[in-house]
Amino acid sequence: MVRVYDLGHSRAGDKGDTSSIMVVAYDAAAWEVLRRELTAERVMAAYAHIARGPVTRYELPKLKALNFVIERALGGGVTRSLAQDMHGKSLSTLMLTIELPDGNRP
Amino acid sequence: MRKPLRIGAGAGFADDRLAPAVELAASGAIDWLVFECLAERTVARENQTRQKNPELGYTPYLPMRFEAVLPDCLKNGTRILTNMGAANPPAAARMTRRIARDLGLGDIACAVVQGDDVSELVRRRPDLKILENGEPVESLLPRMVSANAYLGADVVRQALALGAPVTVTGRVADPSLFLAPALYHFNWDYDDWQRLAAGTAAGHLLECAAQVTGGCFADPGKKDVEDLARCGFPIGEVAADGGVVITKLPDSGGRVDAATCTEQLLYEMHDPASYITPDCVLDITDVELTSDGKNRVRVSGARGWPRTPFYKVTVGYTDGYIGEGQVSYAGINAVGRAKLCAEVVQERLRLRGFSYSETRVDLIGISSLHGERPNQPEPYEVRLRIACRTENRKAAEAVGFETRAMHVNGPAGGGGASEPSVREILAVQSLLLPRELVRPEVFIEEGG
Repeated sequence: MVRVYDLGHSRAGDKGDTSSIMVVAYDAAAWEVLRRELTAERVMAAYAHIARGPVTRYELPKLKALNFVIERALGGGVTRSLAQDMHGKSLSTLMLTIELPDGNRP
Repeated sequence: MRKPLRIGAGAGFADDRLAPAVELAASGAIDWLVFECLAERTVARENQTRQKNPELGYTPYLPMRFEAVLPDCLKNGTRILTNMGAANPPAAARMTRRIARDLGLGDIACAVVQGDDVSELVRRRPDLKILENGEPVESLLPRMVSANAYLGADVVRQALALGAPVTVTGRVADPSLFLAPALYHFNWDYDDWQRLAAGTAAGHLLECAAQVTGGCFADPGKKDVEDLARCGFPIGEVAADGGVVITKLPDSGGRVDAATCTEQLLYEMHDPASYITPDCVLDITDVELTSDGKNRVRVSGARGWPRTPFYKVTVGYTDGYIGEGQVSYAGINAVGRAKLCAEVVQERLRLRGFSYSETRVDLIGISSLHGERPNQPEPYEVRLRIACRTENRKAAEAVGFETRAMHVNGPAGGGGASEPSVREILAVQSLLLPRELVRPEVFIEEGG
C-alpha cells in the first residue's frame, strides 16, 4: 500500500456546503497510481464520517491532477458551520492519509 | 510589440498581511496593484456596519492599506484597483481621498463602481431559486441583510477608463478584478473568448495572493518553501496576445513553480472544464504550466466560452447565534475528564431551560478537524470545545459561560478556559439574476 501523501500534494477550497479538494501528483509514476486507484468511491469512504456526498471526480492529465468535489461536506456551509475549521481548509490533509494499492509501481 | 502589463496582487482576503503589498508598491515594478478583499459574507457584514453609520461599510483595513501604499503607488505611477468598497464604495472613495490629503498627496481622483447591490431587485422577485437547494428565496427575505451581484470586468473597465489613480468597487468576481486592467489596457473585445480566458486564468491564479507564491503549501521536509516568513505576493505579466507569466519580486520569500500554480489553478474550482465567471466560461483542462526561469511560470492553453446570461448573486441573511466555550485537560484520563465536562455543560444548559438546534462537541487534538478516526491513541492533553446554534442570544451566551465555570465546577484539573464567545451568524446563499436587470454605474467621487 502507498499513502496519497507519498504520491502527491493537496489543497482544499470551499463554496457553500461543498468542499473541493485537489491532488497533484509529484511525477508521472505517481500520477498513474493516483489516476487508477484514487477513485471517487475511495474518497467518499474516507470522508464518509464528515460528508454526505456525493463525490465527483475530475481528471486533469496535463496537470497530473485530480479534482474532487465533495458535496454536503462543510456542516451546512462555511458561513453557518459549527466547526472550528469552517472552511474545511484542513480537509486536504485527510485526503493525503488515504492508502492505495500500488501494484504496478516500480 | 507592447510590453506585458504587470499586475500585482496586494491582498487575497480582507485580513491579509500588509508587508507584501508595501514591497510591491515600493518596487515600482508593477503597473497595477489589485487588492481582493471580499469573502462571501464580508459584504453582508459591512452592510450591517453601514446601516449603523452611513459613512462606513467599506472593509475596515482600507485606511491601513491605503496609508501604507498610496505614497509609493502615486510616485511610481502604479494604479490601484480594489473591491474594498464592500457595501459602500462611494464612502470608501471619500475616505481614500481624505487619506491622500492627510498624507500630503493632494486631491486625488478616485473612481467608483457601484450597482452590485441588488437587494431591491431580489425583494421584488421572491420566486428566484436558491442554487444550493432549489427553494424560493422568499423565506430568506425577512432576514436578508444584503444581496450583491458579482459584476464583471466590463463594468470595471469603464471605471478604469476614467483615468483615476485609485478605483474602488463593491462586489466584483475575484478573477474579473484582475482581468479588468488587461481588458482596459489592451482594449480587448469583450467577446474575444480566448483572451478573456487567459486573463481570467491569470486572475484566478492571482486572486488569493500568497496562495500561488508558497502560502498554504509548505510541509517541512516534504514541500519546503524558502523564506516563508517573507513570502511575497504574486505578479501576473499579461501580454496583449493573452500570454501569461506568474512571478514575484526577486528578493521576496516564497516560491512560484508548477506545483504552487497547479494548487492555486484548481483552488475552489468544481468542473475544470466550466469555471463560470461574469466574463466567460473558463476551461482549464488543457492548461499547461511551464517554467520560464526561477520563480516564473508560463500559463498557456486556457480556453474560453461565451459567458452565461446571468449574474451570480450572494444573499446574506441573519441565521441566529453560535455560542462557544473551550477548556483544556491533561495527564492520565484527560480525555475521560473532557468528555465528562461536555456532558455536564450540556446538562447545566438544559437545566437552565435553554435548547439548541445543533450542538457540536470537539476534542481538539483528537477529532475537531477530521472527525472521529478509528484506532487513534489518546493524546496526553486535549482541549474541549462546545459550540451550539440557537436563535436566542442569551442561550448562546450561556454556552461559553457554563464552560468557563468548569474551572471550579467541573472535573479535576480543567484549565485555560476561553472567554465566552457569541457570534451572530451571517449566512449566505446564492442565486442567479438575469444580467439585463442589473444596472451598474461608474463615476468619479468628488466628496471627502
